[in-house]
Amino acid sequence: MEYAISVLLSGISVGGQYALIAIGYTLVYGILRLINFAHGDVFMVAGLMGIYFTATMPIGVSIPLVIILTVVLGFTIERVAYKPLRDAPRMSVMISAIGVSYLLQNTATYVTGGQPMTYPSIPLLSDTISVAGTQTKWVVIITPVLVLALVLSLNLLINKTKIGMAMRAVSKDYETSRLMGIKINMVISVTFIIGSALAAVGSVLFFTNYPAITPTAGAMPGLKAFVAAVFGGIGSIPGAVIGAFLIGICETIIKGLPSAWDVSVFSDAFTFALLIVILIFKPQGLFGEAATDKV
Amino acid sequence: MANALRLSDVTMQFGGVVSVNNLSIDVPEHQIIALIGPNGAGKTTAFNCITGVYRPTNGVIEFMGKPIVRNHPSGKSAKTYKGENAGKYANDPVLMPTPDQITGLGIARTFQNIRLWKSMTVFDNVLVAKHQHAKQNVFSATFRTNPSEEERMRSETMDLLVEQGLDAYKDELAVSLPYGLQRRLEIARALATGPSLLLLDEPAAGMNPQETAELADFVRQIRDKYDLTVFLIEHHMDLVMNISDYIYVIDFGSEIARGLPGEVQNNRKVIDAYLGTVEEE
Amino acid sequence: MKDRKKSFSAFIGICVLLIFVIILENISGFVPNVPQVLEPTSPLFTVLKKAAVYSLVAVTMNLLNGFTGLFSLGQAGFMLLGAYTYAILTVPTAMKEQVYYLFGGCAFDFSLLDMFEGIFGSSGAGGAVSMILACLIAIVLAGCVAGVFAYLIGIPVLRLKSDYLAIATLGFAEIIRAIFQWQKLGKVTNGANMIKGFPTFSSFNITDGAGNTILRLSTFVPFLISSVCILLIVLLIHSSYGRAFMAIRDDEVAAEAMGVNLFKHKMLSFVISSFFAGVGGALFAMYVANAQAKAFTSVMTYEILLIVVIGGIGSVSGSVIATFLYVACSEWWLRFLDSEHYIGSFKVPLLRNGFRMVVFSVVIMVIVLFFSQGIMGNREINIGALFKKRRPKAERKQ
Repeated sequence: MEYAISVLLSGISVGGQYALIAIGYTLVYGILRLINFAHGDVFMVAGLMGIYFTATMPIGVSIPLVIILTVVLGFTIERVAYKPLRDAPRMSVMISAIGVSYLLQNTATYVTGGQPMTYPSIPLLSDTISVAGTQTKWVVIITPVLVLALVLSLNLLINKTKIGMAMRAVSKDYETSRLMGIKINMVISVTFIIGSALAAVGSVLFFTNYPAITPTAGAMPGLKAFVAAVFGGIGSIPGAVIGAFLIGICETIIKGLPSAWDVSVFSDAFTFALLIVILIFKPQGLFGEAATDKV
Repeated sequence: MANALRLSDVTMQFGGVVSVNNLSIDVPEHQIIALIGPNGAGKTTAFNCITGVYRPTNGVIEFMGKPIVRNHPSGKSAKTYKGENAGKYANDPVLMPTPDQITGLGIARTFQNIRLWKSMTVFDNVLVAKHQHAKQNVFSATFRTNPSEEERMRSETMDLLVEQGLDAYKDELAVSLPYGLQRRLEIARALATGPSLLLLDEPAAGMNPQETAELADFVRQIRDKYDLTVFLIEHHMDLVMNISDYIYVIDFGSEIARGLPGEVQNNRKVIDAYLGTVEEE
Repeated sequence: MKDRKKSFSAFIGICVLLIFVIILENISGFVPNVPQVLEPTSPLFTVLKKAAVYSLVAVTMNLLNGFTGLFSLGQAGFMLLGAYTYAILTVPTAMKEQVYYLFGGCAFDFSLLDMFEGIFGSSGAGGAVSMILACLIAIVLAGCVAGVFAYLIGIPVLRLKSDYLAIATLGFAEIIRAIFQWQKLGKVTNGANMIKGFPTFSSFNITDGAGNTILRLSTFVPFLISSVCILLIVLLIHSSYGRAFMAIRDDEVAAEAMGVNLFKHKMLSFVISSFFAGVGGALFAMYVANAQAKAFTSVMTYEILLIVVIGGIGSVSGSVIATFLYVACSEWWLRFLDSEHYIGSFKVPLLRNGFRMVVFSVVIMVIVLFFSQGIMGNREINIGALFKKRRPKAERKQ
């Protein structure tokens, strides 16, 4: 029972961290119809920055700095690698995203010298707490709360502000919004800024509970978050969050199954199997809208 | 006269929107029949139902006397169905071939907004249309065990290009041709599939008056030469009145008139549909 | 007839290339004091072998992405299937105990190599015949296994649209990788450990009784197999089926309306591409002398995709050229970036381990962003006319 609670708790926490990444995917896909393959690597870079900055600066300075620099990174990637390809075929943009991912991973290898880096213990987050008789870290408790708070404020932003309205318009109909005088580039930049900021927050939460950061550490969480976004219905924020929690919980359950079965190797594969099942049976996801092609 | 194509009670509903409503059309063999109507009337949707791009919600489409497409509302679409004759085909088996199967039966089409293969030459555009009926499989084609078949396809393609006056452009990229020739190439490509029924979706769109005038003769010519039945959608009234043997007019998906060109021209409902009624304003 | 003449000159071109490779790798045996670069241990030969293998895989990816317009990212998964099939079929029974020691031997008590050696003998000409037959059959079966899996995977995923297809194929590759790492299948796949001990490229070097190498063929073999496979793919592309693939790439709706069965042709392209990716995987296993699931990650697929982009999406010769450049740069020419250098007493900044790949990825990004046509665009080099003049093919010019 205690074991079940601890598995469930860490599942919710991992799910919350995936949710923060998944929002970045779902927002970008909603607007650009682009699977931003580099998003997981932005997340990884945020983790590395966290390690380097906390080593030299107090937490109160380093974490905001990580968020700011991650936002700058996300913004720059969009401007340099995606904006020039605005009218190119979708495949070219996706290839560019894969190129950026490759660049970020290789740069991370260069900077870290290929050594796995360990996240410093952050006061409060890394402290342990006892819930229902099981020992766990504070981060496990904080994550879902923080995720919900962030998602609610993001929802406010999207539904109540002018820029939010512009974002909704662009994701509904890119060309018409462009003709209606919406500053497409600004909207896209804001999307990337929000996505990167959330990924930065996610990285702090994710990596405090993770053994070490390697240059490829972002790829898998990134892909899983994307699957979560597809599961929830791409373009839908609540969908992405629910999908992420679900995947996080399932994954921790699979990892927590008796080791004699040796199924933990399938924790990643499970996510992809889920993806394929969704794509085949309900391609629009839980909350997505079906699209029809015009001939 | 036997019908080449016959639509009976064809309804196409997307969600709650009825694009084509209970349409019945006869296209007799060897005639030129036109389907006209204002923008958004559902003409292209009707074509897409015939060619298998869309799956009609209800109704049957017969080609050369045999049903090729048949459907009735079932499951979710039965609940939302707004059209008529919902139960009429409920006991007949559903027939839903893919577009290439319909092409294989002998129905070829062109597109409203030209859809040529843009990275391929004029020659290859026509040659691909010969692929379906070629006697080959992937091994015989790869290992060149039956070169005479490829030779035959190539020489037939060349003949067709010569007949259509496109041979001078055979090595040009299809998209580099002037607009009128691209339309003509699309027709040549459709002819290469060996059809007995040709569907033309706004063949005169974007053409100048002279090209349009030539098009009427051209359509008659290919009709006679290849022994075709032609069913066309067109906006250009001069052309329609000039070449059609019979005309169907639809608006908001439903038929509002049918008749010989002279009859349709003076039909009050048709004029209202095109110009709008005075009372509404 | 023009076509036949072209095929003939291509054939001659490939023969010349293969003979050149044999001479190149054996020159150190006949001519004394050759430059270091021609010694058998030179990075030149590593590069040539790896590039020969990768160019086949790049061409298979181009067949899908460039010629059929299917954005698939499953290539590493199919290579994995090929590599394991080859490895499992050819590890000699005597080696199995040692290779599978963690699992107490292999459940699969059979080896093609042993079977043929039982027929033709294991030494001299008989040994050579059994080696060639065993490897050849194992390679073809490697392709078949990948092809069969592609067929099964293709049934659900080929109905998906562009980017969903990409992520679904990527997902399948990851699932396949997880299955092969599963300890429960250890008796067949050796779990997460590598399978080794099977014939590699160096097994084809001809030695005398004393073990001295008489004729090196270890670079020639991958060149031979790769060029035969690439030639087959080129023949396919220039057939009626290849034209149908390109029609699908350019406009699916029009292709379907002109009688091209979308599903059948996409499936053909997917299965054929995967078949040859499986062959490529078998060659890759021979190149690295082991088969291990963790080598076949999505990073490998990305790498191959980037090669295809550099070469030009829709150009076979572009893919081949790009592979050789890419492999030569990453394995050899840019190696100096990874170690510290001094000009006089000045230490060149930034140079240390990993810098090569950074430079490399920047170059790739520049190509992706500013030279999206790649080296060749979608033109081809006529192999036969290569030494006369470079001539873009009129039929497929931009």
